[in-house]
Amino acid sequence: MPASPMANAGRRAIAFPRLSPATPGVARPQPPPITRETVVPRTRSRRPAPRWRLADTAFRVTALGFALSVLAITGAIAVELFVQSAAARHAFGWSFLWTSVWDPVFSKFGALPFIYGTLATTAIALAIATPLGLGTAICLAELMPRRLGDGLTFLLELLVAVPSVVYGLMGVFVLVPLMRSIGAPIERLLGGIPLFSGPVYGIGLLTAGVLLAVMIVPYIIAVGREVLLAVPQAQRDGALALGATRWETVRQVVLPYARSGILGATFLALARALGETMAVTMVIGNRPEIAASLFAPAHTMAAVLANEFAEAASDVHLAALVEVALVLFGITLVVNAIARLLILGTRGTERARA
Amino acid sequence: MFAATVAATATVLGILLFLLGYLVWQGASALSLDFFTHLPTPVGEAGGGMANALVGSAKLLLVAAVVGVPVGFLGGVYLAEYDGGRVAFAVRYAADVLNGIPSIVIGITVYGLLVVPFGHFSTLAGGIALGLLMIPVALRTTEEFLRLVPDTLRDASLALGAPQWVTVVRVVIPAGMRGILTGLLLSLARVAGETAPLLFTALSNRYWSPGWLQPTASLPVMIFTYAIAPYDDWHRQAWAAALVLLAIVLGANVVARLALGGRSTAQT
Repeated sequence: MPASPMANAGRRAIAFPRLSPATPGVARPQPPPITRETVVPRTRSRRPAPRWRLADTAFRVTALGFALSVLAITGAIAVELFVQSAAARHAFGWSFLWTSVWDPVFSKFGALPFIYGTLATTAIALAIATPLGLGTAICLAELMPRRLGDGLTFLLELLVAVPSVVYGLMGVFVLVPLMRSIGAPIERLLGGIPLFSGPVYGIGLLTAGVLLAVMIVPYIIAVGREVLLAVPQAQRDGALALGATRWETVRQVVLPYARSGILGATFLALARALGETMAVTMVIGNRPEIAASLFAPAHTMAAVLANEFAEAASDVHLAALVEVALVLFGITLVVNAIARLLILGTRGTERARA
Repeated sequence: MFAATVAATATVLGILLFLLGYLVWQGASALSLDFFTHLPTPVGEAGGGMANALVGSAKLLLVAAVVGVPVGFLGGVYLAEYDGGRVAFAVRYAADVLNGIPSIVIGITVYGLLVVPFGHFSTLAGGIALGLLMIPVALRTTEEFLRLVPDTLRDASLALGAPQWVTVVRVVIPAGMRGILTGLLLSLARVAGETAPLLFTALSNRYWSPGWLQPTASLPVMIFTYAIAPYDDWHRQAWAAALVLLAIVLGANVVARLALGGRSTAQT
């Protein structure tokens, strides 16, 4: 053990090593585990035992009650959605999921345009955000000095906290005019292809997807970087020792090792994008139609809830909206479960190999 | 290929810094003292502010804290200190599910349970919706920070003859208090910017909300209403409100993260 440089500089030739409190090699007798019984034996207790045992039980039961109320709340939400949507489920059955007429006046409701809009905007968002986020995560985790990476991650994680209505405000006044001016030349050039056919309003499917991408990129970066940093250094060292370049190391060793964690990060972002309401409803145009064009106004499940729920025309309309909420609930439940499994998977293997 | 990752980083940072800068620029030019002290003016009349929305947001957050903090905090204490095996697993799973439910769906549930029976929109219903939203984060951070408290403290307290509940209340919770408080602050900050669950619970209000059982204005909902309205003056007010809201939310986050020393909370 090296001596402390501060100790008697130069005075003594022999510096004594400091004794560590627990000398290694000397087995210390392990005390028996301390329980309430060893500490306060029942027979010799000075306090009347029942009194503190009563308080103990009361505290434990109170805490248990609050813990169980989480279970009750989650259950109540699921039950409430199921019960309130009964009228719509009886009226339309499963065809609710694949009919595309949404007409409150004639009480005909099919959720397909909303399901399509939600899936399409989410797909666009992921297509943009995944490469950007993953690239940034690689840069932050593998290239940058730890300090700088930490600082930038701190900044990016703050952006997770920006309220979605603020992103929506940005979307309305910055992104929509921008998409209008970018979209117009694209439409002139490629308007023959249905995917890019006009007119270009600025609001629409693509705008919502781009805005969602901006919103979920910080998630992918934050979780992705954490997963990459969890890859053991020995893996990198091994690849570098075999003569791989740094990029080859990242590409062929680090990324495959972190694959399920990265997938988990993507699914987490996906779950956020699916349930996102305010920002999307402000820029998507809110028209329940399935159009081929990316520039066309569309609608999502969350957006239709925000727009129509407060002014539902009839009981069936209300029930149909609750059923949309139920479908959305189900989808996010599945996506979240997959994300948790994937992220837990990486942590599990990491622990097993360590 | 690393050049591509650097380009991605530059793009992301560029976009995000531009957004923040633009918001600060627009918001600062629209912000004035009137914003904090005046009621909204009728359409076409210049000036006015969002004093009622600021107070409304504060009232909603108060109700949210009253609902969310006890459940999240004591639930977290149970998970950390009385690990009940199957019960703890079920509660954690339920909290995960609750965390994943889109906030608008929570709003719809609260509408069905608290607005329809009472017959009108109310501050109370909006606050409860926000309270439900903050439970999962409050619960998990409380549990996490109590688990960081070393077992030796528990052993020492028990060895001195303290019953378990005294150990938890007087020793373990004070030791983890700093982390728990920041966790609760983060969970409040998370719901402070929520708009969707308020749309059909607290609704909105052009005037002061007279009580807890009446609809109330709130900053996020005001931003939404003003942003999609066709009046320039309202747009300016929306930018000012967005800047104030962002300052509150990010301020709380910065304080919390600095207090925690950079622990990641992105996944909670």
